[in-house]
Amino acid sequence: MNNIKSILNLSNYHIAKRDVIPWWQSYLIRVIAILVALVVCGVITIALTDLNPIEVYVTMFEGAFMTPRRVWFVLQNTAMLLCVALAVTPAFKMKFWNIGAEGQVLMGGFATAFCVIVFGEKLPTSVLIPVMVLTSIIAGAIWGLIPAIFKSIWNSNETLFTLMMNYIATQIVAYYSLEWSVPKGSGTPRILEKGMLPSLMGNDYLINILVVLAITIFMYIYLKYSKQGYEISVVGESENTARYIGVNVKKVINRTMILSGAICGIAGFLLVAGTDHSIKSDTAGGRGFTAIMVSWLAKFNPIIMILTSFLIVFLDRGASQISERFRLNDSFSDIITGIIIFFIIGCEFFINYTIKRVKTEGGENK
Amino acid sequence: MSSTAIELKNISKYFGSVVANKNVSLSVKRGEVLAILGENGSGKTTLMNMISGIYFPDEGEIFIDGEKATIHSPKDAFGYKIGMIHQHFKLIDVFSAAQNIVLGIEDKKRFNMKEYISRIEEIDKQYGFEIDPKKKIYEMSVSEKQTVEIIKVLFRGADILILDEPTAVLTPQETKKLFRILKKMRDDGKAIIIITHKLHEVLEISNRVSVLRKGEYVGTVETANTTETELTELMVGKKVELNIERKEPENTARRLEVKNLTCMDREGNKVLDSVSFTACSGEILGIAGIAGSGQRELLEAISGLQQISVGEIIYDNPKTGETESLVGKTPLQIREMGVRLSFVPEDRLGMGLVGNMDIVDNMMLRSYRRGKGAFLERKGPRELADKIIKNLRVVTPGLSTPVRRLSGGNVQKVLVGREIAASPTVLMAAYPVRGLDINSSYTIYDLLNEQKKKGVAVIFVGEDLDVLLELCDRILVIGGGKITGIVDARDTTKEEIGLLMTKSGDDKKEENEDE
Repeated sequence: MNNIKSILNLSNYHIAKRDVIPWWQSYLIRVIAILVALVVCGVITIALTDLNPIEVYVTMFEGAFMTPRRVWFVLQNTAMLLCVALAVTPAFKMKFWNIGAEGQVLMGGFATAFCVIVFGEKLPTSVLIPVMVLTSIIAGAIWGLIPAIFKSIWNSNETLFTLMMNYIATQIVAYYSLEWSVPKGSGTPRILEKGMLPSLMGNDYLINILVVLAITIFMYIYLKYSKQGYEISVVGESENTARYIGVNVKKVINRTMILSGAICGIAGFLLVAGTDHSIKSDTAGGRGFTAIMVSWLAKFNPIIMILTSFLIVFLDRGASQISERFRLNDSFSDIITGIIIFFIIGCEFFINYTIKRVKTEGGENK
Repeated sequence: MSSTAIELKNISKYFGSVVANKNVSLSVKRGEVLAILGENGSGKTTLMNMISGIYFPDEGEIFIDGEKATIHSPKDAFGYKIGMIHQHFKLIDVFSAAQNIVLGIEDKKRFNMKEYISRIEEIDKQYGFEIDPKKKIYEMSVSEKQTVEIIKVLFRGADILILDEPTAVLTPQETKKLFRILKKMRDDGKAIIIITHKLHEVLEISNRVSVLRKGEYVGTVETANTTETELTELMVGKKVELNIERKEPENTARRLEVKNLTCMDREGNKVLDSVSFTACSGEILGIAGIAGSGQRELLEAISGLQQISVGEIIYDNPKTGETESLVGKTPLQIREMGVRLSFVPEDRLGMGLVGNMDIVDNMMLRSYRRGKGAFLERKGPRELADKIIKNLRVVTPGLSTPVRRLSGGNVQKVLVGREIAASPTVLMAAYPVRGLDINSSYTIYDLLNEQKKKGVAVIFVGEDLDVLLELCDRILVIGGGKITGIVDARDTTKEEIGLLMTKSGDDKKEENEDE
């Protein structure tokens, strides 16, 4: 009797920080979290819709993998989300809260479209594509560098600044997409033809995926093994320490934001020249924000980001398939996605902390 | 009133695989001062944090006034009238003393600052504090801030007080004042627990001493029946030679000369005022002074981190034989010139090391630019880390453990070890033994002496006058940003230095000429 009482008594429990746990244990916790999430989603599905949860999950998989076209679609979206996540990672690792990736991507895409429309007829494709790549990299980099410069000179708040830069980018693109639309002013986006990336081995998106893969490897090595990557970590952990060892903090901030913006610019280029073949104010599609979650979920590890971005895209794709197939509104798929992400993020608590029961003489030992 | 106020029974606390406390049992009576003594990492602060509700014990029980208590949070602790004064003050700089004191109080009544202030003034009178309730924290000295912390817990009605190394930041005079107040509180029937490393303070203030060693409870002795030697033995488990070896300086030559150095802080106040001195190779120059008298700024100015208004810093480069000026150079430029200044900053984790990085990556902080190409070279740093762990007996689970997980003493060993490994020509160390236990402190003293023997100009900013007197060759005393005297450590006394520390600095010209 006493035993049961002591088990139920909440004050006998407390939270303690864990030491480092073996990697397999932390993955086990994550797998369990996903399974629990699926069970909770199942219960909610039955309660709200009377549908068979298994059927719902099968539909999610079908939505993502049923046909080769869907698989390529998921892979392509994963690659693009990953690309933006890789771009924001060095900035966030430096504790520079760059929430302007959306705008940086848009400016990259805008630069690409601009080159096609202005030089499309004048330059051969072999020259046009490098010009497009270069200008979009520069455009993204400038969009990232502006807030960094203001931060290093006037110590302005980069979160607000990068956010505002998003609106400017959106407006510029909105203006020009109307200007360029066919017929002019109609709002129907012009389909770009010159300078678009060719399909490789019959797959339209293969070039995009390969480019992003290369950036992933680059970013992994850059952050872990390069001197610049090391400087980023030091600045992120403590600016005082960085100053003390003679790091030029402002220079590192500017340089890192150029890199962050430049990769966003590449993402914009790939979206316009590789995927959409047109530019609209929603070309970035919120990836600039979702990417932040992808990056944090992976704890800034570029390799893990492949998994986290795939997970987000898969959930998104699967959820919209559910809405279509069962004629449910979008909110239902959002609920499912929300629950799963909640569990995935929430399980980090159990990886970092453990719940301990206090052993007292009156309790267990008797 | 000699009833037991608080009793711990078989308390254990683990952080992962690290044992912080194991089976600790002790008790404090009302109207007595209990000193907790132990080496660094012996779990003193952890133990106290469990009483004040910051940690929760994994095993064991706490009794307050004979009844079992469950302390889940600092709020619970206040409920039991327990108040802790932490080593690092937890005050809001822009608030006044009174605002800080009443912060977080949940009163059913209407908030009435006037009434609170009069209550604070009552406490002031009762125990002899001298504090202006309306003074802002950022205008206060360290000792005043500590007073605010003490009043804060008294205001909440605490009658069990825990002080974590309260004298670490105080001058001898301030310490005396604090002890007077503590004795008054003790006589008033409060139970007081004090953590300190300074044995003579233990003997002066406490009624009983409880000793911890490596997280385990060693025993409790009556202060009246013990000696410094006995306490040291209890604490470290073996006899420690209390003498610091000091060799006569050899081949001294001018290495660094500071002339009329003046620095301003952001508000335009002089933090250093016409400071002039010479540091020689092969000798240890001690810097004594009340905390915050300009020691930090002086070291920062030399290493290029502090903007210099007026003055010169001249460096004799032993490699090239040239004389160079350090003024106006960035820390990086200073190193690129071939001038090697190693600087152990006061704030260990804030500046010298990165807490979340492991030992290897921390080793690289100074040297990562070495080698051609864009990539890091981790082999050298790894070997260095291995060497430091072995030679300085750093206690760590492994090379890849983030340094913030190590205890204070081990963190300091890592930092000093790295600085010395850079084979400096000038080694500046600010409070390198602050908060370290005796064994680790002596390891550091030995390292500094070794550097002196190698011909390095060592500048040592210390707080323990006994140590300064035994370790250094010359002692520079700084007060209010001015040099109040430079004395020969071999024929000066503690009293003389204490006097110079409290001097405003107006008579410094005579002192300098004496040199």
